Amino acid sequence: MHILFEPFHYEFMQRAFAAALAVGLLCSTMGTYVVLRKLSFIGDGIAHASFAGIVIAYLRNFDYYVGAAIVAVVTALGIGFVHRRGRISLDTTIGVLFTAAFALGIFLMSQQKNYAIDLQSFLFGDILSVGSGDLLLILALGAVVALATIVLFRPLLYTSFDPVVAQASGINAGATEYVLLVMLALTIIVALQSVGIVLVAALLVTPAAAAYQLTSRFSPMMLLSAIFGATSTVGGLYLSYYLHSSSGATIVLLATIIFFGAIALKHVRQSAARRTVHVSSPLD
Amino acid sequence: MTDLGGEAVRAHDLVVRYEDFVALDRVTLRVPYGEALGIVGPNGSGKSTLLKSIAGLLTPASGELAVLGTHPRDVRTGAIAYVPQVEAVDWSFPATVWDVVAMGRFPRLRFWQRFGTHDANVVRDALDAVNIASLAGRHISELSGGQQQRAFVARAIAQEPRLLLLDEPTTGVDAQTEEALRVLVRRLVAGGLPVIMTTHDLDRVDDWFDRLLVLDRKVLAIGTPREVVAQNVYAGMREHAHTHGHLRLDHPPHAEHATHPEIRP
Repeated sequence: MHILFEPFHYEFMQRAFAAALAVGLLCSTMGTYVVLRKLSFIGDGIAHASFAGIVIAYLRNFDYYVGAAIVAVVTALGIGFVHRRGRISLDTTIGVLFTAAFALGIFLMSQQKNYAIDLQSFLFGDILSVGSGDLLLILALGAVVALATIVLFRPLLYTSFDPVVAQASGINAGATEYVLLVMLALTIIVALQSVGIVLVAALLVTPAAAAYQLTSRFSPMMLLSAIFGATSTVGGLYLSYYLHSSSGATIVLLATIIFFGAIALKHVRQSAARRTVHVSSPLD
Repeated sequence: MTDLGGEAVRAHDLVVRYEDFVALDRVTLRVPYGEALGIVGPNGSGKSTLLKSIAGLLTPASGELAVLGTHPRDVRTGAIAYVPQVEAVDWSFPATVWDVVAMGRFPRLRFWQRFGTHDANVVRDALDAVNIASLAGRHISELSGGQQQRAFVARAIAQEPRLLLLDEPTTGVDAQTEEALRVLVRRLVAGGLPVIMTTHDLDRVDDWFDRLLVLDRKVLAIGTPREVVAQNVYAGMREHAHTHGHLRLDHPPHAEHATHPEIRP
């Protein structure tokens, strides 16, 4: 029994688990919008773009997190602006702007004789190195995003489903999109430290995509996605302790297993439904 | 700040462009409360553009447009309900019929307000009004074309709007749905709601509308369906209308059979 609780004995592991839980809940909740609005590309995009912020922060000697957050939010707003004003599809806009910001980061870095940035941790993340200050920041940003999700629940849902009709009814679809992009930027920055640039996209897409297989209503999808996300991050971290594996990679692989499990379950359910007489009852 | 005594929509010399293309050319129009206005015209005549402009989705290049007594974009949230011609939604979106119709209440609710009993009652009434209450628990992908159209009309009604805009709601729906919609529109209009609706279907315009607008980027004719028919602008319209619309009035004016070459494209 003792061996099962062993990871929780270390203070850094306790912080890591708290961060994993917060990041898992946050990413997978926001992931519901990412999947339904077909923005799968955005996690990867903003995470890479934030690299420029990390380099700038290094050169100017301020906190990497702040640099990454500023560039991420600016890129997110830029994506929204170019998309709306240029009437260019969101995925194209994301593709153009994130590579531009990433290239800027490389460009700035290549100008340096020697660079001492620990890029490894930003590329792959290291949830075990989360300090108490980092944890506080994760929780604070997480609270802001959670509050915005509650306040904007209906406009976000309506504009995700039918932006034109929502706009005609007086809901500001444009402003809602900007707020969503900023919320996503903050979420991605928070998640960077735990899973890194390469894997952050998975946390924004995979749990929500798994939930999408199993539900036909929005709120259950969001709830299920949050459960899958938290299970992936906390479970992945726990497994990585015993497997001596990279925590970020283990987290993403566990999320992927849940995703394929959800697909399998959906098929089992569908074939079961085909065999029985389906009686639908009106829900309200 | 709407003026109850005034008109629901007032357009004067309204011009709407898409880049260099003039989609609406100096359209002047007044729609009072409690009127059903039908808009007919060939494809590309600007019918949808006119509805979108009224809905505040397009910005006019010039001219004046007042909706519910104010600028279209300043209209109170929830006051305009719009049902587009083609619902470009993702049919696999996780939503039941109930969920979609309930969205009609969203513009009416502040974020701290719960979706309460009143809202649920309004949604139920809207579902009843278009005879799809029994489908409330169905996922939206499980509906037929006519049922989808009814669900979107129900969502518009659930919004309890001050102005209802319907873009070809009868295209591609079965006769039963069409009649259900007509009865509903007449009931709403009798209750004082202004309804502006485009149609390709020239059948029974007399039963649907109080007035009819014939549009081909410009206003070709406006008046009661009978007056418009008498003005004979239909002759050219019917020839390039893509549906097999026929105008059936009880006593068709003989002028209907004459042709007016000047309104042909």
